Parts: sequence; C-alpha cells; structure tokens
Amino acid sequence: MARRLPKKDVVIVGFGWTGSIMANELTDEGLEVIAIERGPWRDAPTDFPPTYMQDELRYRIRHELFLRPDQLTFTFRNKMDQTALPIRSWGAFMPPNGVGGGGVHWNAEMWRFLPSDFVVKTHLTERYGASFLPEDMTIQDWGITYDELEPFYDRFEYLCGTSGTAGNLRGQIMEGGNPFEGPRSRPYPTPAQAQPFSHTLFGKAARELGYKPFPQPSGNLSQAYTNPLGLKMGPCTYCGFCEWFGCSNYSKASPQTTILPYLVRKPNFTARDNSEVIKINVDKSGKRATGVTFVDTSGEVWEQPADLVILSAYTMFNVQLLLHSQIGRPYDPVANTGTVGRNYTHQTVSTVNGFFDPKKFNFNPFIASGSIGMCIDEFNGDNFDHGSHGFVGGGYMGQVQTGARPIESALVPPDTPKWGAAWKTAVKENYLSTVKPGTGVHGSFYAYRDIYLDLDPTYKDRFGRPLMRITMDLKENEIKQNKFLTDKFAEIIKAMGADKLAVQYRTGPYDITTYQTTHLNGGAVMGSDPTTSVINRYLQSWDVPNLFVLGASAFPQNPGYNPTLTVGALAFWAAAAIRNKYLKSPGRLVDA
Amino acid sequence: MRRRFRGSLAVTALLLTTASSFAGDTDPQAFTQIERGRYLTILSDCASCHTVPDSSQPFAGGRPIETPFGNIVAPNITPDPETGVGSWSDEQFDAAVRKGIGRNGSRLYPAMPYNAYTKMSRDDVLAIRAYLNTVPPVGNAVIANTLPFPFNIRTAMRVWDALYFKEGDYRPDPKQSVEWNRGAYLVDGPGHCGACHTPKTFLGGDKTDQYLQGSYLQGWSAPDITNNSRLGLGGWSKEDLVSYLKSGHNRVTAATGPMGEVVTLSTAHMTDPDLNAIATYLKSLPGKTEQASPLSANEPTMAAGAAIYRDQCSACHGLDGKGVAELFPSIADSSMARSDDPTTSIRIILRGARSVGTSAQPTAPGMPSYGRQLDDNEVAAVLTYMRNSWGGAAGAVAADQVSKVRLDTALRPD
Repeated sequence: MARRLPKKDVVIVGFGWTGSIMANELTDEGLEVIAIERGPWRDAPTDFPPTYMQDELRYRIRHELFLRPDQLTFTFRNKMDQTALPIRSWGAFMPPNGVGGGGVHWNAEMWRFLPSDFVVKTHLTERYGASFLPEDMTIQDWGITYDELEPFYDRFEYLCGTSGTAGNLRGQIMEGGNPFEGPRSRPYPTPAQAQPFSHTLFGKAARELGYKPFPQPSGNLSQAYTNPLGLKMGPCTYCGFCEWFGCSNYSKASPQTTILPYLVRKPNFTARDNSEVIKINVDKSGKRATGVTFVDTSGEVWEQPADLVILSAYTMFNVQLLLHSQIGRPYDPVANTGTVGRNYTHQTVSTVNGFFDPKKFNFNPFIASGSIGMCIDEFNGDNFDHGSHGFVGGGYMGQVQTGARPIESALVPPDTPKWGAAWKTAVKENYLSTVKPGTGVHGSFYAYRDIYLDLDPTYKDRFGRPLMRITMDLKENEIKQNKFLTDKFAEIIKAMGADKLAVQYRTGPYDITTYQTTHLNGGAVMGSDPTTSVINRYLQSWDVPNLFVLGASAFPQNPGYNPTLTVGALAFWAAAAIRNKYLKSPGRLVDA
Repeated sequence: MRRRFRGSLAVTALLLTTASSFAGDTDPQAFTQIERGRYLTILSDCASCHTVPDSSQPFAGGRPIETPFGNIVAPNITPDPETGVGSWSDEQFDAAVRKGIGRNGSRLYPAMPYNAYTKMSRDDVLAIRAYLNTVPPVGNAVIANTLPFPFNIRTAMRVWDALYFKEGDYRPDPKQSVEWNRGAYLVDGPGHCGACHTPKTFLGGDKTDQYLQGSYLQGWSAPDITNNSRLGLGGWSKEDLVSYLKSGHNRVTAATGPMGEVVTLSTAHMTDPDLNAIATYLKSLPGKTEQASPLSANEPTMAAGAAIYRDQCSACHGLDGKGVAELFPSIADSSMARSDDPTTSIRIILRGARSVGTSAQPTAPGMPSYGRQLDDNEVAAVLTYMRNSWGGAAGAVAADQVSKVRLDTALRPD
C-alpha cells in the first residue's frame, strides 16, 4: 500500500532538460511543483570538478553518469520474427540518469530543424509524389510549424547562451552562417566558438568544393554570458571532455548551469531524487491522471497526487511509463492500430577518419569542445533534389571532432597490424595527425511500420513489470542515404589533404552493441490525428488531458540533426500552452 | 475635525512609544518596534551563531562556536521561558547583549560580541528583544560553557573585561558625514566586523592598533578590510564592496566559508543605504602602509608555480589571472591571495570552496579541492606564484605552512 503524500499542483516525472524547463515555467505561474528523479542529485562544482572529471575510463568506458542496466533495461531484436534479448551493457545509446539527465553528459550541439522537417510528409509527397516513399515508411507531419516554434527555439538558445553564426536573420541570408536554416528572429546570443586547426581546414576544403560551411551552433560558450534567469556561464576552455562528462567550468549549457540554481531557490518548488516513478495513476474513468506512484531507495512506495502530470523522462522511459500505466492504446504493427510505441526512430550516423602526413600536420586534436566543428548542410532534409537518388532524408556533415581522449583515439590507418610494435608505432605516429570526426555524418532516421516499442512477453523488471522491447532495424532508405552522404563527406576529408581514409558506412542490420548516438525518438509522437499520435500539438495526451509528455518521444520521425534544441523548444512551447490556455480552462486543448 | 483627530492619535502614539522605552518594557504588539528589531537582528547576524545551519528552529541555539580556548555553544534565545530567554527581564537581556553580563550576574565569554553590541542603544537591543519575542519558542536546553579548565572559570572574564571591554553607545563623529557615521555604527556595533577581521591578543582581545587589518579564526584567515591597496579593499570601488555584501559576488571575488554565511544570513538582507554606508566607512580606513616587492619570476619556486598555475588553475582563473567577473574570482586583483596570513588561500586550494548563491547571484560556483592532486611543495609554489604575479607582491609561502593548514583542516567540516 503506497503512502500518500500531500497533493501538489504539478508532478514532474524525470528531472532533466524538459523537466527543469517545465518546473521553472510552472513555478513562475505560482503553481506548487514537485519533480521526481530516479537518479541522484548532481551539481556542477561538486559532481563534475575539473580535478577528476576528465577521466575517460570512468565516465566513457564505465558509463559513470548513466542508468545501470541492472536497475532497468530493455530487450532488443532486429525483426518481428526474432526473440528479443535483454541489453546487459549499454551500446548504441546511453540512457541518462540523475538530475540534469542527458543535459549533463551531452555535447551541446544546438541545431534547429528545417522548416520542411515539420511538414515532411506533405512536403515530400508534393515534391516527389507519394510513390517515391517506401511503402512501409510511416513518416508524418508534426502538427506544428517551424514558424510557430521559432520563438521557443529562440528562448532555449538564449537560456543556454548558444554560440553560433546566424545564417538566416528574419529571411535575410547571412554570410558565414547556415544558409539553409529557417529564419531566426535574432542572432545567436554569443558569437561562434573559435575553431581548431582541423575544423578550420575542413571549412576551407568544403568552401573550395563549392559548399557553404559554417560553425556548428554550440552550447559550449565562446564567451562569458549571463542568461535571462541571471545565471552566469563562463567561456569554454576547449578541454575536450563534454560528451559523456559533466562540465564544472560553467561553459556547457545544462540544467545545472542554466536553470537549477535559480529554480531551487523558489519556495513553491520541491525535488525528490533517488525515487523511481513506476506508474502514472488515473481515476476510474481512465481520462484523468490523479498523480504518480514512486519507489524510493528503501523500497518504500509513495503516492504523489497532483492535478497535472508532466512526463519528462528520457524517450524510452516516457513510452515505457505510458505502457505500464495503460494510458493510450499500445501500437500493434500487424493490425496497424494503436499509437503508444509507434514511430520509434534513432539517428543514421557514420564517419570517415582521415590520416594525414605526421610530418606536415599537427592538429593538436585534444583542443576541442563537444559542439565544436565546421559543418555543411547541403545534403540535409530536402535541401537537395532526391529525385535521382532513390531515397529520402539526409543530414548535416562536418569535422565535429570533440577531442582526442586517449582510449578512443588510438587510431591507425587501414592495413596497420592490430597489435604489437607496428601497431604501437602507428598509434604514436598518427595521434596528432588524424582527423576523427566522430558522428561526422549526422543523418535522418525515418519511421517504419515494423520499427517500434512494445512490452516484452518474457523478461520482467524488479517490480515484475514486463521490460520494454525494442524492435529496430536499418532500412534500405537509410542505408542508401548514408552511403550517399558518407561518400560526399569522404571527398571533403580527402580534399583536406588526407593520405588515407577509413570510411565507415552505416550498414544493416542495426547494431545495438556499439555507440551511435543517444538520439532515440518517437514512441509517443505528436500530431494532429489521434489515430497516429499519442499527444496533440501541445504535447498533451489525447487520452488523459491533464498529462503532458515532453521530450524526443514526441518526434514523429527524426530529421538529420541533434534533437536537444527542438526538445527544449517544444518544452517551452508546451509550457506556454499550459500557462496561456490549459490553466485558464483545463481540458483538451485540441478537439479529437 | 478629522485631521485634528488623526494628529492627536499620532502624538499619543509618539508619547506612548517614548513612555514605553523609558519604562523599559517593550510593547509586544508594537509593529514598528518588532520590524526594527527584525532588521537589527539581521544587522547583528544573530542567526549565524544562535541558529544551527539549515535547522528549522531559528534562534534555538546549540551551535558550537569555536574559539582558541575551546568551544562555546550558542544558547537558546527563543522566548521559551524554561530554556530560552522568555522569562528574562528587559534589563537582564540588555545587560547580556551590551555588557556581557549573564542573567545571574555571571560574565559571558566574548564569543558573544558584546564588546561590539555595546555600541547599540538600549532601545536597539529592546527592539531585538521585541522581535525575538515573536519567534516560535523552542524547548532546547543548551550548556553553553564547554571550555576546558581554566577557561571554564567565568569570573576570569572580569579581568578580560577590564582589559578589553569598553562599554558605551556609539558616539557619532561630528566631523564626518551622516553616511560615514552610520557605516561606523554598523561595522563596529551590530555588524561586529572586528570580531573576525581585527587581530586578537593571546587572550583574545582586540589589537586595536591593527583595527580591521585581518585576523585568523576557525581555520580561516579573515582578510584586511581597510582601504590598504595591496592587502585590503583599496582596489575595490564602493560599488564592488556593495555588490559583494549584497550578492556574495563581484568582479573580483566571491564569498565563501564564514563570510559566505555572513552574506546569506546578514548582509544580503541589508538595505542599499546601509551597504553604501558600510562601504563608505571601510573605504575611509587607511590601514597600514608598507610596500612589498615581488619575487623574481626566475626563482625556481616561481617557475614551478607558473607551470602548476597554467596546468591546474588557468582554465577558470585565466592565464592573465583575471578569472570571469562574478563567476570565477580574479587572482590578479585579489588582496586575499596576497595577505600576510595565507591560511585561507591554502585552505581553498587544499579543500576547495563553495561560493554562496543569493537571489541577486544564484549561480554559486565552486572551486574544486586540489588536496590530492598537489603536494605541500606544489601548493606553496603555485600560491607563491599567484602572490607575486600580475603586479602583486607578497612573501613566498613555505611548504610547512601548507602542511600546517592541511593538518588543521583535515578534520574540519568544509
């Protein structure tokens, strides 16, 4: 029997980026808000001190900041006729854990999606005809436009102090920025970061090939900044430990640096860490959430009643909690009914490593930040004519190398022996003269009928609930897309002056064991049709109107960009809808 | 008619107030008196000793106050009649606060800064009483005197009082401005700044000839807060000082340790005119005048220190030592880094430090601990380098000074 806590106006499930944004917005509205977080409290100077944070073994290899799979995991299979098995060590993606969520360990790449990305189904059908799309592809429009979201992109960029060069200022194309981006109402709050040698060289090579390179928009700041909440950020020191690591130089945007010190001073805000929400409770009608049930580390079960429930956990846990709480209709790919678990997607990434003459090139590759880089956007979205290529989608590409941390940067040219003296010599010779862009090709991942999330029939978690099952594979469209993009990318790396290239295409079957990105999306997608979406355009549950589901689980499919800026912008957008519409008249904001 | 009525009420109120203060008892419902008392309680920073940090029972006492002679536990000053001050007469309360005489006539220890509070008026103290009467009474019996022999003999304090205690209200200096006088009253009276910032004799009395020139207590060296340009506030503008006291941060530095507590509990809640008055007064104190010449950059310690600084410190504090205004302190402009007693600087390097978050500056960045990374020689070298760079000059720090602080702070809470 759960012990019942005093009722709050709002309970927030998961205290990462979106939970922090929503908590700050709704406490501003005067509401009593409690945030419940499964993992520990994390604070910048005490948890990420520069005296030991730059530890690749602890944080990268041993996954210090992530959920431990023995607490909760998923099962995985490529195809519907296979039996899924539990993931026992994280590979393709890293579920975050603790206060700040993925906002702690991210690289802080801050991309806006293209205007056409939000209406991709309509756009592609109009341009190429419906038959151009693969038959099993289930992409759909978002139910929101770029122009509607623009003010909220702007708010999140200014919250974070984003460093970048505008490419389209109120419709005017700006030299040095991304000419393909949608119009922005203001320049970036801080100028782009200075680029190290290899990144600069990529820009030069791309320009000579006729592309329009620009600095990657960055949440690692080029200069000191005071955000709209009065919080201070410092300039990035290019230490090269962003991804997988927390930043206590106050130069990487995270909930810890941009929201929490302000939020925790508010008397109407409470947080509860080390507490795992296991269920969203609904009343007898099934149409109203009454709060949540959570378990603390002592095994004590608590009920937190609230008028409004905000589900703001990681993509996977949002979907899982909906399934376990029996909210919405689970997706059935055979009958093609239901919505929860549908349109689950990832990101199609690949890279090309370039080996340069050590006598001529010293890149000092350890000088970097997580979102450093020179990129081109010619091959993203529908920025180019797909007609002759036989695939849809695309991605940005660039020299976005985030450093040269020793364990993962022992790269050698193809044909080098795998071990022994020759290997060691090659590591030493090439360390300073290798270009290793990481996720240099950052492609879209569109949705398909048989790629989805549901509950596993066999494996259960410690509470006896079914694990969530991932059914995920790489489709012909994405493989073609990646081949095309990777080849284009290799041309630029070659043009930089590389002697040898190691081209690594993304090929099927989808591999769960090696890291790709943590950009998992969908499963609780937004849209304008309740039969193909879980939430409406305001991220409000179609079934339970006092439940809002934030995060990338709302993406109907994944465009060729990093998701966080859009995730944050959608949180501000949903918060505005709650503040301006929902609280005045609680109920459905969109008629079904 | 109406006007006259209102006028007569005001006069009556004035008479009543005057009468009540003459009579020596406070009207428990006199709103302005309670409000004045609340503000005086903030100015006097009563909570810093009498409230256990993060406790939900304000003024219930129980916090041990470390002195060079042993710990003294701050008593319960809630209106609880049994264990607090509820049954004390105003006379007894006033004698304790301004004369250091306890309820039964015994002497208080000067950990209670009655030698500063004596500058307040009797009416100030009764206002504090009026406010304390409104806080929830808490039953919490505190044994204040936990000193070892012979310091536990309270009568010894008669000698101390004869040597060091000068009773009497603040007397304004007619040659100075009203603001300056207000500042002097705040600094020497309720603010009791000298309790930490004026050096002490071996008996714990003020060395009045070194007034506010920096001292040592509880494992921290408190800096010189005169206008001395090398060691004190000479390089700070009035605005810098006001910003520091109000928000805990300014373009040069950030409050931490005991001063962090003073900012959060006291100075952050002071009015702007009072903060300006404090700044005006402190900036008027010339302090000592002596020069120091920097060590040569060629000295081996300086070269080693420079290398360590570049490696370990420059990411936040910058190669130019300037830091980031209101985020990472400027070592280049820090008089604290150059103070004669380097205890606090050593301690911050060894143990790290957390600045304070205030509503004006919520960020509250922190300095990590380098106690594991750097040995005593390395700490001494980097500190010597910082003390003698960017135009600064101060004596070299020796490794055994670092060892001493390392040992002394090992068992202390942060």
